[in-house]
Amino acid sequence: MSSGIGKSVKRKEDKRFTTGKGRYTDDHRMDNQAYAAFVRSPHAHARVKSIDAAAARAMEGVIDVLDGHQLTGDGIGNIICGWAITSKDGSPMNMGAWSALATEKVRYVGDAVAVVIAETQSQARIAAEAVEVDYEELPVVAHVADAMKDGAVQIHDNAPGNQIYDWELGDEAATDAGLKAAAHVTTLDITNNRLSPNPMEPRAAIATYDDAEEHYTLYTTSQNPHVARLVLSAFYNVAPEHKLRVIAPDVGGGFGAKIYIYPEEITCLWASMKTNRSVKWTSDRSEAFLTDAHGRDHVTHAQMGFDKDGKITGFKVDTIANLGAYMSLFSSSVPTYLYAPLMSGQYDIQNIHCNVRAIYTNTAPVDAYRGAGRPEATYLVERMMESAAREMDMDPAELRRRNFIHEFPHQTPVLMQYDAGDFPKILELAQEAADVAGFPARRAEAEKRGKLRGLGYSTFIEACGLAPSKAAGSLGAGVGLWESAEVRVNPVGTIEILTGSHSHGQGHETTFAQIVADRFDIPVETVQIVHGDTDKVQFGMGTYGSRSAPVGMSAVVKAMDKVEAKVRKIAAHTLEASEDDIVIEGGQVKVAGTDKAMAWHEVGLAAYVAHNLPDGMEPGLKETAFFDPVNFSFPSGAFICEVEVDPDTGQTKIIKFTSADDFGTIINPMIVEGQVHGGVTQGIGQALLEQVIYDEDGQLLTGSYMDYTMPRAADVPFFDVQHHETPSPNNPLGVKGCGEAGAIGAPPAVINAITDAIGTNDLAMPATPQAVWRALRAASKPIAAE
Amino acid sequence: MDMTGEHRIAAPRAEVWAALNDPEVLRACIPGCQELEKTGDTTMEAKVVQKIGPVKATFTGAVELVNINAPESYTIQGEGKGGVAGFAKGAADVHLTEDGDETVLTYDVHATVGGKLAQLGSRLVSSTAKKLAAKFFDNFHQHLTDEAPPEA
Repeated sequence: MSSGIGKSVKRKEDKRFTTGKGRYTDDHRMDNQAYAAFVRSPHAHARVKSIDAAAARAMEGVIDVLDGHQLTGDGIGNIICGWAITSKDGSPMNMGAWSALATEKVRYVGDAVAVVIAETQSQARIAAEAVEVDYEELPVVAHVADAMKDGAVQIHDNAPGNQIYDWELGDEAATDAGLKAAAHVTTLDITNNRLSPNPMEPRAAIATYDDAEEHYTLYTTSQNPHVARLVLSAFYNVAPEHKLRVIAPDVGGGFGAKIYIYPEEITCLWASMKTNRSVKWTSDRSEAFLTDAHGRDHVTHAQMGFDKDGKITGFKVDTIANLGAYMSLFSSSVPTYLYAPLMSGQYDIQNIHCNVRAIYTNTAPVDAYRGAGRPEATYLVERMMESAAREMDMDPAELRRRNFIHEFPHQTPVLMQYDAGDFPKILELAQEAADVAGFPARRAEAEKRGKLRGLGYSTFIEACGLAPSKAAGSLGAGVGLWESAEVRVNPVGTIEILTGSHSHGQGHETTFAQIVADRFDIPVETVQIVHGDTDKVQFGMGTYGSRSAPVGMSAVVKAMDKVEAKVRKIAAHTLEASEDDIVIEGGQVKVAGTDKAMAWHEVGLAAYVAHNLPDGMEPGLKETAFFDPVNFSFPSGAFICEVEVDPDTGQTKIIKFTSADDFGTIINPMIVEGQVHGGVTQGIGQALLEQVIYDEDGQLLTGSYMDYTMPRAADVPFFDVQHHETPSPNNPLGVKGCGEAGAIGAPPAVINAITDAIGTNDLAMPATPQAVWRALRAASKPIAAE
Repeated sequence: MDMTGEHRIAAPRAEVWAALNDPEVLRACIPGCQELEKTGDTTMEAKVVQKIGPVKATFTGAVELVNINAPESYTIQGEGKGGVAGFAKGAADVHLTEDGDETVLTYDVHATVGGKLAQLGSRLVSSTAKKLAAKFFDNFHQHLTDEAPPEA
């Protein structure tokens, strides 16, 4: 069939997105709607001595001005981090209090201290300017090095030394022994740059309180509306779950930044109750730069030992992770359980030890951003491998091959049990597509033109499909990470799929429909996906960690199993045949080998009219299922990047970028390829262009697109995307997830290529022309221009 | 942001010193200054409208003269709050040297900005500050000598 699994079905949702008919949060308008504008701290660290809102209150259109004392006074709870990490000394992590509106202290530039509710957006904003806040400035620690100094100012009372936790994974003694026994040890100090997530649609919220029903409705830009409702109910005490409906309508990109519950949504909900008005807030781009949770920001010292044959004998990692001023919802898990368990990469490494210290600074909170922990691990492992190969004068592909894992399942020393993969195969695929054999000639040709060519690899693995609930729980997760689905076959035979996954660009309305069309052999147009509304969908954990296909779709498959079983029973009963002889194909439910058949819709109708059902069968044709994965899924890939550097300007041009990915079963190759394109582009952005910079006073210097550089079309090449499918054995479709691969695998491939070109391993991201030029001069590579 | 400069003013030092301590003169010379009032012997309140890059704001704040060594030097320091635009604060060491009938004024400024000013205008702060300083001294020179300053 033309619309089943493996077909590049055009995206059903694109008609509305490309014709301006998408309905994002800001497109919604309530009766009686007022607007919120937040009063934010211009200081990175200060005591709030007083707030004088008298002038603002008197301004035209102002309904109310509310502050943090009122908010906490009404019992609104502090914002929490949902993953408890235990330090290696057994102590719990030091989570500092985070009120949606700051009361005593502000801890980063952008921290909200008050909110103005007014009739129009501009009235709210003008009045917010008139709110007088008297601050007593405190010393600022904007960077981890400053925050960790003896005597540094303490950001939270309960976090001495500004340390949140000091955590480890792996066997340190065995790893030290492995390094000691090594014939060669490669040592690197690596920084993973801080990034701003930049979804195209900024965050927004509309909260409505119905005082007759004592019920709240929240429209918001969320990747996981049910988790938002759960947290808003259980921790922030906004309202019990049955009195709170959260709707995440069309959402224009998330990249992790829209997983979390932010102060603004909480404040809008509370303010709607205080003012008895619908309260709307839409972030502007400046607020997005200031307050959307940032990504990455690691400083790492690492050593990797090799025996004389190039086999890894030990890998020791010491990382300092900057979590910003407050602990965002997933923040603690990103540099720990989403990071250290990936340190084995695609390699058979027996001894790994990873130590992570998480530190508070006077900067915006840092949390998961596309890849979340896995890009940090991959960047580290893959730069180590490439640097080691150069130091040992080995071909970097050959060094990888010698260390590849060949047998599955494979248990690493850092928790993970890899399920399936064929690492040599995807490397070979990538090398062929990238024409690695022809590289020396291309390099020689470039040298004649005075240009430096380089080739870099990244062979990486991810842990996706978050996550087995029991395992996650044992590691400190506050929630289970299963998914739920409901399959509703209507009396006319069309189907609605209710899923707890949430699409914010991924194309679920197409791919989820494809697996249904494939299963029941019906047109994809007859399947509708319903998601993003807690009143419609029973429950869900949302979309992040490349989990929608391996977890969300698996729940749909389980529900379809139940529907199919009932369809067979109804058909067998109606057609007077054995259930075992029933086949579903071509829009019909048939008795194999006969001309006896019911049209698909006739089965639906039979289920609902219930005139002739088997004895004891309930009417209707809808089934629900929950799927809890037994393991993560492990997409893997081999990326090869070829660059040309202009030694005079330091300008890097990416000549070719080849990806060979193993995503397991592919539902829609076009959408998967699009995900790879987007992910690799974000990875190239991190490698070459993007960096959030705070000055020593904690002022954000990259607060607009004048100073924060996003990749543009001209910065990236056409991509060569190859696939090799080894199905995951741990879910019914054999899918692994593809949303993050590009962002995870690309940065080391790009930097390995540039460092190959300029002849030094000493280069940090972003590799701007200036950084490359300086690294090149420092390495004084002779230039053989003619 | 750090900035230093030197200006030759065709007026005796005592006159320059007096002008530097006269709120009326300062109000007239500071670009964008709408109000400047003495609140004590060495303190003033000021309101200044400024545009840095895309950010235009009205700054209100206190200005204080410290380290006064009449008629040779003082430090003028202050902080202006620009509401949502953020804040600017800084200090300038001002020194006057006699040179015949003329006075050589040197200054050494250290200033910081915060909030939206830093977010959107940080790389424009230095050039804007230089421009404002030049404008101030043009005005100041004109006020004291009643003539436009000589071309630099």
